[in-house]
Amino acid sequence: MPDTPTTAPTPPALETRGVNKWFGANHANRDVSLAVPKGTIHGVIGENGAGKSTIMSIVYGYLPADSGAILVDGRPVAVKSPRDALAAGVGMVHQHFMLVDPFTVLENVLLGAEGGVTLAAGMERARAELVRLARDYGLEVDLDRPVGELPVGAQQRVEILKALYRGADILILDEPTGVLTPQETDHLFRILRALREQGKTIVIITHKLREIMELTDNVTVMRRGEVVANVRTAETSKEQLAELMVGRKVLLRVEKAPARPGPVVLEVSGLTVRDGSGVERVKGVGFSVRAGEIVGIAGVSGNGQSELLEALAGMRPVAGGSVRLRGEELADRPGLFNAKALRGLRVGHVPEDRQKVGLITSFEARENAILGHHDDQAYNGRVLMDRAAVLSRCEAEMEAYDVRPRDARLRAANFSGGNQQKIVLAREIERNPDLLLVGQPTRGVDIGAIEFIHKRLVRLRDEGKAILLVSVELDEIVSLSDRILVMFDGRLMGEVAPQDADERRMGLMMAGVEAAT
Amino acid sequence: MDEVFLAVILLVDATIRVATPLVLAAFAALYGERAGVVDIGLEGKMLAGAFFAAAVASSTGNPWLGLLAAVAASVALSLVHGFACITHNGNQVVSGMAINILVAGLAPTLAYAWFHQGGQTPLLPASARLPQIHLPGVEALSPIPIVGPIYREIFDDANVLIWLTVLVVVATQWVLTRTRFGLRLRAVGESPAAVDTAGISVTKLRYQAVIITGVLTGVAGAYLSTAHGAGFVRDMTAGKGYLALAALIFGKWRPWPTLFACLLFAFTDAVQVRLQGVPLPVVGVIPVQFIQMLPYVLTVLLLAGFVGKAVAPKASGIPYVKER
Ligand SMILES: Nc1ncnc2c1ncn2[C@@H]1O[C@H](COP(=O)(O)OP(=O)(O)OP(=O)(O)O)[C@@H](O)[C@H]1O
Ligand SMILES: [Mg+2]
Repeated sequence: MPDTPTTAPTPPALETRGVNKWFGANHANRDVSLAVPKGTIHGVIGENGAGKSTIMSIVYGYLPADSGAILVDGRPVAVKSPRDALAAGVGMVHQHFMLVDPFTVLENVLLGAEGGVTLAAGMERARAELVRLARDYGLEVDLDRPVGELPVGAQQRVEILKALYRGADILILDEPTGVLTPQETDHLFRILRALREQGKTIVIITHKLREIMELTDNVTVMRRGEVVANVRTAETSKEQLAELMVGRKVLLRVEKAPARPGPVVLEVSGLTVRDGSGVERVKGVGFSVRAGEIVGIAGVSGNGQSELLEALAGMRPVAGGSVRLRGEELADRPGLFNAKALRGLRVGHVPEDRQKVGLITSFEARENAILGHHDDQAYNGRVLMDRAAVLSRCEAEMEAYDVRPRDARLRAANFSGGNQQKIVLAREIERNPDLLLVGQPTRGVDIGAIEFIHKRLVRLRDEGKAILLVSVELDEIVSLSDRILVMFDGRLMGEVAPQDADERRMGLMMAGVEAAT
Repeated sequence: MDEVFLAVILLVDATIRVATPLVLAAFAALYGERAGVVDIGLEGKMLAGAFFAAAVASSTGNPWLGLLAAVAASVALSLVHGFACITHNGNQVVSGMAINILVAGLAPTLAYAWFHQGGQTPLLPASARLPQIHLPGVEALSPIPIVGPIYREIFDDANVLIWLTVLVVVATQWVLTRTRFGLRLRAVGESPAAVDTAGISVTKLRYQAVIITGVLTGVAGAYLSTAHGAGFVRDMTAGKGYLALAALIFGKWRPWPTLFACLLFAFTDAVQVRLQGVPLPVVGVIPVQFIQMLPYVLTVLLLAGFVGKAVAPKASGIPYVKER
């Protein structure tokens, strides 16, 4: 068993001993032993596919372990299902939320803890209890709104409320900040600190070393299914953690030469886009992207960036304005302005939501590697598809992008988030597009892979391609972009040069307070 | 005036009688689909219910034993469906269809083997049919205009299963919105992963739902052969299972609108029967076949045009496999 950094007088709140888990031939957890002292915030970091979600799902009883033991407060517990974990005081907020969208917040919290055959009494009790929790920890949400209508930050608070209402003393959060805006992240951290003060124990999985340094007391580092280190946060540094995670030195900055912009590739003016329910989400936006530059669009999520990107990728009709690709007008030509035709016009698109839009998760990796290009000569014989060509293409891409496990026949759903992202990126970048539209390229991706993806994007730029980058990660925007546009409420607030982009100024622009001067 | 009024009342009465099995079947499907299990096999289960109700009632002379047999047969088929779709993540449409085809062949075959009447069961005497409930005070109320005839024609002497159906409708609404079971049922049809992580067994919940589906389709079948009719006839469900599914969609998977849809379909059916052979102004006598098409044409029109966007429970029809 690895040494525990904090020598607590009381037994650790949560401990795993020698846990092993196999997915087929994939050894996802190897003798994982970790101990979380009571009343602390404990970080778990590691590359994509290191087995972080797996070990936590085992602790929560969502996945069965092949061997090993789980101890809560020093006592071994048999967790066969989430019910057992909840009974032992372990709650979990999953990477993908486990909420019933049409249900109200109250109903979601009540599910599984109804407190009787009928609901009325339980509802009253839950309402009172939730008001108390909201007050004590800053977990405000409107209890009677359907959760599907809530912003992600609020949905996450509902998940935390669910766990607390079930009496969780140990709260596990799997990449909670991946989908949050900086403000929401701050809010979440305030909540977590308040919980720690009340003696709760928190385990948080994240890829963001800044958050680890800011929030946690101890850190466990995993690599390829194993625990490689347990350290006290105060005694380590970002650089050291990064090296422990990846097993080599990692560059935490993006190195790039100044851009050498060429001719304009994409020119947008007065573009308006409506969402599915007819609400105008992009309100007369204009900008241009030149060959050989990366233009970043910053903004708090939900300010129209997603709709803008989707419209440019031909997935959403434009309501007005002009979109020119290499000088050619697309906006009024549905024959050209659709996802398929755009691909022919050498436009690549890495969608924001890799699971719903970027991949067909029930398809194998090799099938996903040619999605949208399945009509290409290269993969088709006279009648049948050339499966060997598809397979070798996918294998080459997996090799080049270090997708793990290197198994082209594995269904996309069974790759970890970061590896799924690499499959999509490889597909789009390796077609060598003139214009690449990228949404959230590194959401949920580990630092090693982020370094790789960033390098790859910069190289694409240096090859003279135009890149439009949409990201809610301010750091990413600032370090990658040659020009930054800030979007707020469907409008562009202005343009900032990356060297002038300090956090305060960007923050104000993203909040719509201040326009660029 | 009086005659028109009486005709209307009789039409309403006929509507209710025709609607009953539809409502039972539609509500059966409602439980299944709200839990995420699509059941296209309503038709087959109803038919099995109708056959076993008639067969047992005919051999024992006891309609209640017939009802029990109908429910047992239908639940057994439900469990087959559950085994295929819940335990083994099979395709729900295929499994349902298989049940329909199986029963459509098996019921007449068994009827032929057991009763030697060309795939039917013998005509049931009144004593072997489910009873009607006679209400008090019909004589006393009769002279009162409007209330009297309504009470006499619609409420009095309604079959016991009609009253049961009323109970089912009210109870379903209550169960769905006010009880723990209802909350979980609705949740598992929308997001089984949320139910699973809340510490509730998805499998168990879905089995409970299909069992309820089985019970209600069994009752619907028994109604057809031992309450409304007096014996089993080959193909006697005549597409009612599918019509019930259509009503469920038209009703957007909610109890009251589903009930309304069933009544609407039943009403066109009742009108259809009365229009047969009756000369109409302008068009004259319409061939029977066209009139019989009415409920189905209506179904297609309603589903295509007037329902608006019907949003099914999100996980409906999808087996639950743990995955990220
Ligand atoms: N249901 C599954 N079936 C098959 N393989 C799986 C399954 N779930 C996870 N794996 C594999 O197990 C390994 C560990 O995955 P896990 O999700 O624990 O990684 P992670 O550390 O959480 O990664 P990420 O940071 O990308 O979320 C990966 O190689 C993954 O492909
Ligand atoms: Mg994970």
